[in-house]
Amino acid sequence: MQVHHYTLIETGFVEEMTENSVVHRGKVLTLGTMNPSVKRVEYAVRGPIVQRAVQLEQELKQGIQKPFTEVIKANIGDCHAMGQQPITFFRQVLALCCYPDLLEDNRFPEDTKTRARRILQACGGGSLGSYSASQGIEIVRQDVARYIEKRDGGIPCNPDNIYLTTGASDGITTMLKLLVSGEGSSRTGVMISIPQYPLYSAALAELSAVQISYYLDEENCWSLAVGELQHALEAARQYCRPRVLCIINPGNPTGQVQSRQCIEDVIKFAAEQNLFLMADEVYQDNVYADGCRFHSFKKVLFEMGSKYSDQVELVSFHSTSKCYMGECGFRAGYMEVVNMDPEVKVQLTKLVSVRLCPPVPGQVLLDLVVNPPLPEEPSYRTFFEERSATLAMLAEKARMTQQILNEVPGITCNPVQGAMYTFPRIQLPPKAIAQAKEKGQAPDMFYCMKLLEETGICLVPGSGFGQRDGTYHFRMTILPPTDKLKIVLAKIKEFHQSFTEQYS
Amino acid sequence: MPILNEISALVKRIPTSMQEILNERVIQIRAEIQQGVKKPYKQVLNLSSGDPQALSLKPLTFVRQVLAGCLYPTLLHGDTLPADVRQRVQTLLGECAGEGTWSHLETHGIRKLQHSISDFISRRDGVASDPDNIYITNGSTAAFMTLLKLFVPNGSSLQTGVLTPEPSYNGFKFALAAQGALVVPYYLREEQGWAVQLDELHRAVLTAKGHCNLMALYVINPGNPTDIHPVLSPGHVQTKDSIKDVIRFAAEERLIIMADEVTDAHKNMIVCVYQSCMIGEGMEFCSYKRALMEMGAPYSNMVELASINSISKGPMGECGLRGGYVELVNFDPSMKQNIFKLFSAMQCASLMGQIALHVMVDPPRPGQPSYPLYTNEIQSNKREIINNVRRTLGVLNSLPAITWQPVMGGMFAFPRVSFSQAAINYAQERGQEPDVMYCLRLLEDEGLCFLPGYELGMTEGIYHIRITLAAQEEIMKEALQRLKNFHLRFLKEFPALERPGGNTNPDPLTATASSVMGHADPNTPLGWRH
Repeated sequence: MQVHHYTLIETGFVEEMTENSVVHRGKVLTLGTMNPSVKRVEYAVRGPIVQRAVQLEQELKQGIQKPFTEVIKANIGDCHAMGQQPITFFRQVLALCCYPDLLEDNRFPEDTKTRARRILQACGGGSLGSYSASQGIEIVRQDVARYIEKRDGGIPCNPDNIYLTTGASDGITTMLKLLVSGEGSSRTGVMISIPQYPLYSAALAELSAVQISYYLDEENCWSLAVGELQHALEAARQYCRPRVLCIINPGNPTGQVQSRQCIEDVIKFAAEQNLFLMADEVYQDNVYADGCRFHSFKKVLFEMGSKYSDQVELVSFHSTSKCYMGECGFRAGYMEVVNMDPEVKVQLTKLVSVRLCPPVPGQVLLDLVVNPPLPEEPSYRTFFEERSATLAMLAEKARMTQQILNEVPGITCNPVQGAMYTFPRIQLPPKAIAQAKEKGQAPDMFYCMKLLEETGICLVPGSGFGQRDGTYHFRMTILPPTDKLKIVLAKIKEFHQSFTEQYS
Repeated sequence: MPILNEISALVKRIPTSMQEILNERVIQIRAEIQQGVKKPYKQVLNLSSGDPQALSLKPLTFVRQVLAGCLYPTLLHGDTLPADVRQRVQTLLGECAGEGTWSHLETHGIRKLQHSISDFISRRDGVASDPDNIYITNGSTAAFMTLLKLFVPNGSSLQTGVLTPEPSYNGFKFALAAQGALVVPYYLREEQGWAVQLDELHRAVLTAKGHCNLMALYVINPGNPTDIHPVLSPGHVQTKDSIKDVIRFAAEERLIIMADEVTDAHKNMIVCVYQSCMIGEGMEFCSYKRALMEMGAPYSNMVELASINSISKGPMGECGLRGGYVELVNFDPSMKQNIFKLFSAMQCASLMGQIALHVMVDPPRPGQPSYPLYTNEIQSNKREIINNVRRTLGVLNSLPAITWQPVMGGMFAFPRVSFSQAAINYAQERGQEPDVMYCLRLLEDEGLCFLPGYELGMTEGIYHIRITLAAQEEIMKEALQRLKNFHLRFLKEFPALERPGGNTNPDPLTATASSVMGHADPNTPLGWRH
């Protein structure tokens, strides 16, 4: 009788019992019993280098002497942490929604109040504190649909195809979870670019899906060639069932903007090969280079005619974390599914309902982003000025970063056409590579760690994103304020020169 | 072509939630009313889930003021916001990288917040809590989902099994299905005051043998009668001794304890509603962590415990903000990096939720300007719920074929309804469980939405409905009136002879693993036969 047996433990047989059964059996959850796929999960943008940066910050606070006075985290696209100013209109409406007593406050423009009232009316009990439908608040989905229609020149968008998400990451992982199936050589293969944003490789590792890497062409401004897709796909068919093709446009970490022709080629390829397209378009408003424009996959798909637009399955992701909004902390975004089988959609809806609803304040923010002030409204002027200033500054910083880095011997950098990062290639001396290998580190990790220790600048090594063998890179955001960015670039330049000398 | 047999088998196995179907229908009916479709009611009342603010209970002013201040720091100038709100906002904004202006707090969770939570836990339990063991998430469901990823699937060829109470929180079972774990049910029985029974846990373990690799035990330990215990009809609060028994059981069976625990920051304000509707004070909440630590070695440094708390529950009731945390106790140090990876790297908690969480674990203190209002608002919401308990009890007990015996009160009423054979047949003809049929008709006829007990997992032949009590009084009154009207009409159509009996249960002890673990067709909602 087991119940009795416990009593024994309490009344004096403790030692014997613990010897045999309790203490020496160790923990339930160990590396041996853990989900094996968790081991394979890596997430470089928040990896060991970032943890070291946090430590250094604490050491500085404790007064420990360092060769620098400040840690600069240029590793992650966290706009506001880098000093980008939030948009006043967004914050005003959100403050009103959180604390509706402020609707009486005359410091808030009338249009912010109108918005707040409209949104609160759509919330359960008129409060942000109630759950929304798991797909998201209905009027927000309708506003998103109208926004997409406008962006795409009138191509229809059905609000039923819009799912609000807890940031784009939630959407991406949800879709991958839905699409990954099969075992062994019929396991789903997912094509992702190299370099890629590590969320993809991490999610694939966690789901035990097969990652199919296709390389972007660094010599050609990180462009995507269909020949490379074809090549990667054929090789992968030997060991898995390729079903999904992921594209990040504008590119992260590579900052390229895909041409319309290239998008059309990719769509044709997906149609021929029967692949589900996942278009990560979170940087759609971050396009700087002359002659570059953002083209949405949806728009191109529908312009290609019904042969494609009736057939190709597409999901597109967007978020409030990037661009002039930069509101990472709200965890808000949406995805639009196109041509999804109705039965599969039922399954998707079921899956998103498990996590209840995305944070409601984030849904409100998304509504404001897709439905900003109109020219005749009182908040328009400030909104327009703030947005323009932020975008102009980003464009200037993109140009400056490329220019300064390219002046450094041993660093080559493609133009930052879009997004918020540069991914320059760095030449590392053989001695440095050898020493890194001795330490069991990737050479660019070795480089970035040293940079951090010497200058306080936190970057992410290219190995965290994937790169061609024998090439080395780092990713850096262009987000720090201009003055600080100049200093960062100058320090990198200086460091690179001394590093090269030291290991030559 | 996109076809069903090419998508994740796990997703296909997630049960279709009756709650979702009802919610969708509520939205549809509301839209129909707006379009001018004639209905016998002007608005739909949805009392099916614990969502207090949706039912017009007020949020706490202090929480909302702090949120507004953080969002729009211009409000710090002048005296629109009380001094302690401004102080709190400044402290929170000081945590940001940007100087003086708002910026986005650390996505891993504000470091200060982790410390505040561990202070809160230490105060509550009288045992030290390490901030490094606290992970902040988008609500408790996200915490469960991430935890499950750690050991589902596990290193063996057998599926991971998780002991799960029936009835219990439906969302947890959906999360188990989504990750591919096997639900191994242990039954809580109304006759035993819904208390966890050791012999029932042992029985459940036996059913699992050979079917799965049993790795965890899910328990709900409400300490606060206003929490969202899904079946808190008799609002069972576990005693410390009972918790210790469960811990010993987990140690012996080598199970990780996943404890869904609501812990009120205001212990002295715990109010209990007893059978006779008397109101008592001072019911002591005992957390699993505290009981575990009191037990001493070997338990206190061996049993792996994950204790989860959230702002959706308790006096905050901030469901929409999505904020929660989990404290991990005794997890193997070799797991640290992997746990960190899953919680901190893949999951970022929403900032608004984090800020509300900060207030929850560090509320205004006596002497601060916001203290009186803060405590009054909590008391007044509690009072409203208690009045609703009385009111609901009165109505339910006046109706034939319904019984509800609240023991300690709570956020939900979970009355048992008895159906005549004619009603059962009628439901069967429609492919529905009787409680599902009852709730669907109630919604169509009266515009009133309750949750059928079937969704929460009940033994066959016994039927319950779940009614949230966290609603503004006028809404509750109206809901009870509609229930009364409907129920009496329903009984005319399907006369029930007797009040629901207590001993008509099929004995769960004889239920076998295969018959209790699987829901045959996940695409048929729970409670619908196919």
